[in-house]
Amino acid sequence: MVPTNYYLILSAILFGLGIVAFVFKRNIITLFMAIELMLNAVNLAFVAFSQSLGKPDGEVFVLFVIVVAAAEAAVGLGIIILTARNRHSLNVERVNLLKL
Amino acid sequence: MNEFLTHYAFLIVPIIKIVILVFLVLTVDAYLTWLERKVIAHIQTRWGPYRVGPHGLLQPLADGVKFIFKEDPMPAGVDKIAYFLAPFLTLMLALTSLAVIPFGPQRFTVWGYETHVGIADVNISLLVLFAITALAVYGVALAGWASNNKYSLLGGLRSSAQMISYELALTLSVVGVVLVAGDFSLRGIIEHQENGNLGLLGWNLFGFSKNGGGFTQIIGFICFFTAAIAETNRVPFDLPEAESELVAGFHTEYASMKFAMFFIAEYTSMITVSCLCTILFFGGWLSPFPLSWTFTQFLPSVLLIPFGLWIIYDGIRYETIFGRVLLPGIGTALLALGGALLAYPAINGYIQGPFWFLAKVFVFLFVYIWMRGTLPRFRYDQLMTFGWKFLLPVSIANVVLTSVAILIWGKH
Amino acid sequence: MTAPLIIFFVLAAVAVFGAVSLILQKHPIHSALSLIVVMVALAGLYLLMGAEFVAAVQIIVYGGAIMVLFVFVIMLLNAGEEERTNLSRLATYAGIPLALALAGFIAAAIARSGGYLPAPAPNGALTSTKTLSMLLFTEFVYPFELTSFLILVAILGAIVLAQREN
Repeated sequence: MVPTNYYLILSAILFGLGIVAFVFKRNIITLFMAIELMLNAVNLAFVAFSQSLGKPDGEVFVLFVIVVAAAEAAVGLGIIILTARNRHSLNVERVNLLKL
Repeated sequence: MNEFLTHYAFLIVPIIKIVILVFLVLTVDAYLTWLERKVIAHIQTRWGPYRVGPHGLLQPLADGVKFIFKEDPMPAGVDKIAYFLAPFLTLMLALTSLAVIPFGPQRFTVWGYETHVGIADVNISLLVLFAITALAVYGVALAGWASNNKYSLLGGLRSSAQMISYELALTLSVVGVVLVAGDFSLRGIIEHQENGNLGLLGWNLFGFSKNGGGFTQIIGFICFFTAAIAETNRVPFDLPEAESELVAGFHTEYASMKFAMFFIAEYTSMITVSCLCTILFFGGWLSPFPLSWTFTQFLPSVLLIPFGLWIIYDGIRYETIFGRVLLPGIGTALLALGGALLAYPAINGYIQGPFWFLAKVFVFLFVYIWMRGTLPRFRYDQLMTFGWKFLLPVSIANVVLTSVAILIWGKH
Repeated sequence: MTAPLIIFFVLAAVAVFGAVSLILQKHPIHSALSLIVVMVALAGLYLLMGAEFVAAVQIIVYGGAIMVLFVFVIMLLNAGEEERTNLSRLATYAGIPLALALAGFIAAAIARSGGYLPAPAPNGALTSTKTLSMLLFTEFVYPFELTSFLILVAILGAIVLAQREN
């Protein structure tokens, strides 16, 4: 059997890598992907806790997280497309003016 | 040796099954292309393949040889990883999706390992199948993007938009069946449609399954089949390749075996979709006749014998000597098979399930080809409007109506 | 090493590899592919824990819808390789160690607090789809309805964003 701690440690590592990606990447789409990575890491922890405590509540939360991620992706990518159209760049450093 | 077999049977038996299935599927794919060319040719009053072997029967072999020996050029500026990954991914996912499909009701024991007709019997097989088809879009999208060609890119873009849009309708149209059966397992869904002496009325299409309460799933079926055609990128939804607009769409820059992989994957996913239609709405391996009509058991042999005779008759008059040998040979084999089924009721009983399953799958494959010969392609905006404004609302309505019907008449 | 443990380590290695590759790849589409690898590996881990429905949803929704949307947008905008502008020296030299330290602290805290949590049993009955849906439609029905509202708002938002001004 795999101890719950292993899952949690993996989750922490993935979350940390998500933060690293978020800090170091400059492409706005990749930043978004880093957020998704962090959400996934949290989901892993949710499922691990849920299984280890013998309660399915954690998995219900994972479903909610996935729904929120989907909604976020729809709106976020819409915003990204608009930004890219208006500024002709996907670099977050270029998105530094409130108004063009 | 025997001890080794019984000890590792859990590994060896599935591997043997996988090898057999992959071999069978690849052969069927090859002859599906032959059938498609023949049927479309006859729809357009042509003859179709006729040169290689009698009735062009060896054409798939010739095609295979051609695919292997063709030069495999790589265009400049491609993204190497994605360019190589795309065909492998597409083929792998297409073949994997067949793993969860049960082809017959039997369970048998090999070397002390209990197994069944089909590779894996998962209790969420329907979800597994959807998960695999959901990933299939990457093959097409990556191929389009990696090829460094604007036609390919357009094909990839179209395909990803199309697949996301139609996946919703595809998944929602099945929810009705899942609600009625109360099970995600394909085996469970089939067994649920076996309702005593009702025969084909028990199929989900007609709704008199064990707790269907007579609510027909015909809306679900139509939505499912339409969305599935879109998911497999076939006519009239073949916008990702659209040869009259985009050269060959996402696989413009692929040649030789890499192109063959896309090709095989397309036909394999056609088979998967046909199997799914059969399982979900047409009772899988169940016979359309009531159980009490035992004489229908002899239908396979009764069909095989005249077919064999006809092939022999056709063969002995064939133009070439090779045809005069090969066709009667095939005919005799079919005759022998039919005779054996009549002579040994045990074998006959065993093949009933797979026979009905394959017969239904064949009908759907034929419909696929028929559509290709009949329908014109959708325009892109028509495709989107149809998917979002018609198919999706209708499949949601089907979910609501089915739930209400189960609430009123169901026996949960 | 038992079989589940081996599977865990293989999948965990794949997931970490994917996450590292997400950071190292220059082109957004390669990053997206790496993220898909992570998600599929996580789905495998969910299966290992016996959470079959969540595993399927993970692949269908995350892998099959959200990431396809990402790939679609990358292809639509024809995003090229990432420009690495304005990288602060401090971030390079202090950022990675600090981020790793954070992950390490969390991991250490988890490792030390271990022993209280029993190992997850691959108990399919616990999280069968039926159990999950029962819970979703009874105890969690209020948040569930709220998510539908959220999706509605998201759809409206996406439509408003997509509309051209005329």
